[in-house]
Amino acid sequence: MEASNTIKITYREALKQSLREALQKDDRVFLMGEDVGRYGGAFAVSKGLLEEFGEERIMDVPLSESGFVGAGIGAAMAGMKPIVEVMTINFGLLPMDQIINNAATLLHMSGGQLNVPVVIRMGCGIGRQLAAQHSHSWEPFYAHVPGLVVLSVGTHEDARGMLAAALESPDPVIIFEYTSMLNMEMEIAKDVPELGISKAKVRREGNDISIITYGTGVHKCMEAAAELARGGIDAEVIDLRVLRPLDEETFLASVAKTHQALVVEDAWCSVGFSAEIISRIMEKAFYELDAPVKRLCGVEVPIPYPLHLEEASVPQVKDIVNSVQKTLKP
Amino acid sequence: MIEFLMPSLGADMEDGTLVEWRKKPGDFLNRGDIIADVDTQKGLIEIEVFEEGVLEKLLVEEGLKVPVGTILALINPDGIAGKKSKGQPMDEKVPIQQPIEETRPVSFEEQNSETKRIKASPLAKRIAEAERIDLSSISGTGENGAITKEDVENAIATREGVAEMEKPKGIKMEIAGEPEKGKAGTEQVGMEQLKEAVPEKKPMGTVPPVEAIRSAVAAAMSKSNREIPHYYLEKKIDMSKSLSWLKEANSERPVQKRLLPAALLIKAVALAVDEVPALNAVWENGLQLKNEINIGFVVSLRTGGIMVPAIHQADAKSVDEIMEVLNDVIPRARALKLRSSELSDSTITITNIGEGSADKVFGVIYPPQVAIIGFGGISEEPFAENGLLGIRPIVHVTLAGDHRATDGLTGSRFLGALNKYLQNPETL
Amino acid sequence: MNKSEILNTIHELLKNIAPEMDPTLLGQEENIREALNIDSYDALQFIVALCEKLKIDIPEQDYGKTATIKSLLTYLEKKII
Repeated sequence: MEASNTIKITYREALKQSLREALQKDDRVFLMGEDVGRYGGAFAVSKGLLEEFGEERIMDVPLSESGFVGAGIGAAMAGMKPIVEVMTINFGLLPMDQIINNAATLLHMSGGQLNVPVVIRMGCGIGRQLAAQHSHSWEPFYAHVPGLVVLSVGTHEDARGMLAAALESPDPVIIFEYTSMLNMEMEIAKDVPELGISKAKVRREGNDISIITYGTGVHKCMEAAAELARGGIDAEVIDLRVLRPLDEETFLASVAKTHQALVVEDAWCSVGFSAEIISRIMEKAFYELDAPVKRLCGVEVPIPYPLHLEEASVPQVKDIVNSVQKTLKP
Repeated sequence: MIEFLMPSLGADMEDGTLVEWRKKPGDFLNRGDIIADVDTQKGLIEIEVFEEGVLEKLLVEEGLKVPVGTILALINPDGIAGKKSKGQPMDEKVPIQQPIEETRPVSFEEQNSETKRIKASPLAKRIAEAERIDLSSISGTGENGAITKEDVENAIATREGVAEMEKPKGIKMEIAGEPEKGKAGTEQVGMEQLKEAVPEKKPMGTVPPVEAIRSAVAAAMSKSNREIPHYYLEKKIDMSKSLSWLKEANSERPVQKRLLPAALLIKAVALAVDEVPALNAVWENGLQLKNEINIGFVVSLRTGGIMVPAIHQADAKSVDEIMEVLNDVIPRARALKLRSSELSDSTITITNIGEGSADKVFGVIYPPQVAIIGFGGISEEPFAENGLLGIRPIVHVTLAGDHRATDGLTGSRFLGALNKYLQNPETL
Repeated sequence: MNKSEILNTIHELLKNIAPEMDPTLLGQEENIREALNIDSYDALQFIVALCEKLKIDIPEQDYGKTATIKSLLTYLEKKII
């Protein structure tokens, strides 16, 4: 890619640009959430948008997730295009009743009459020393629910482009954004490509092993793959992007090529998302496998505060490198 | 119930392949009995058991590669030979230890089936079926000895290679001659030589290839150099008295019973270490002194690499007994046929590689031990004593110590004690 | 036993100790232990084997006479005849 066609951008700025663009493009779009207006967002993602778009479209709400997420769902049913921000995933448990019993179910319960085109953004993930109060990787909770579209923003490209596609969806979309990546800078294309929210993406092609991941796992796996390449191991990295409905075609094709797979996620292991991926590989690509599929997940503890323990609680680059080496050279 | 685990036979060992069970359920086990043969990087090792009781149950089937620490069998300390213990139903759930990583827990069920189950990856099986390869003829290199795609592809390549070779009578081929003859080059060769040139796949449980020993040595020595801050001391020791004592002792003996200086040196080290016990220890989360003095003796293999069998309780053995142990253990070390206790029990190491032509040898400590003693070759040197200069047989002794565990003063006291014993060989 | 038979025996026993070497290529005056890389333990085993095979005794003070093929042959010839 020509240098002139790319820009260097932080994950935070990419998210903000996508919000601004959505607000500019469609009058029905508005942002609501705790501290999104005057304070500029708990993580400064919406800083400056209140001045630009006014109080009607950048709406501070009371501290009641069940209440304001419910309001967002109602607005969506009434024809608006709300973007609801839930500050962190830990608070994301409070509106679960609204999201699962209403947003995800209304299309079914109304006999196909009521779509709920709400977009709910949640700050997610581990890595800013926010301890068990404000950091967890709970994507699997939502990925379990039929009727939802669940997206995981593991790259700057998706931070910039996924929201537009989410707003196109007639069904409720949960977007997980990663607070640990907010300050990371990356080069992305100046022109936002149409990304869609139906396919996983091969972020790095390789022939020796398929590393399947999402969210913050993407950049860690890319780094691990680069290190493995120096040792002569050619790893393929797959960013799932869309946790529901799951695009299994992409990773099954990859496993059929490499015959080895490792699933990496920050979320807890038991009944986690990796279990789903591995089940599908067993069901549909068993005869392609040359070794048992392995997974690297978060340690099953509430996320600790001290940095060294926090780091130890989720897979790190060296763990991924080790695991791949062990898988390939037992 | 006592759990019998896959032992660690050195800092570098991560796993081992259970080649053969020497005992069966119901057998009574005495301390020191050999219970199984395990294939490691250091050869086929006889594994001894240090518990008494009845072998209750085998948990790992022959042919499986399992990590160190995996439960291999259960031993009932109160059992009666030939009888199953009462009140323990046969299908009792056994708490199988979770192996390292996510390797498959090893179950014993498979061993009971009549035919041995072949472990192969689904992909390997698919290719083998398409290519009509008999999986039972392949030994796997994958996890737990599973046959992988690569193993099957190698088998196909070998088959094609053999088929290829059976065609022509004599073809041009590069064969490296033996290095010392320097006959490498292009030659017309016949069938027999060609067959020799095809590397045969080694069946499981044979002597490990040179590379395996090399990498075992590499792993242990890298760990040592990475983790152990070595300090070195050296002392010149006059061997006249020891050598004349040996000469005297040997003159009365038939050739088979004669002693080597090495036996004397080992005994002297053992007694000197007894006076400086801090060197007879391991460093594992701090210094841990060892009660027994088991001297590891470095045996060089002609093909490269070393083995370090232990001479157990060398301080309590006579020089003759040490010589007998050497006569037993050196040929077995060279043949890679040591027992587990010989591989893992050393508490301090001696190298006398210097007896070749080097005057001094500075050892690399074998972790987790904390010292290695090096003997150079014994040769005549000028030696000053009591204001007089004389020619004496001299050995240069070095001590490499782990500075986390001991200081130079400790090492220096050891060398002093060693000298004292070698000046008084009759006390050995 | 003639000289060439003794030499054959020496070669055979050395081959047992250093199987990857060819003792027939040893020079007459070459130091056997150095050339074939034999340590003191194997050197003793060689002498033990010689004694057993040729039914002789080689006292320790004579070990020095076994250093090269030439000296060893001379020594053994005297011993046997």
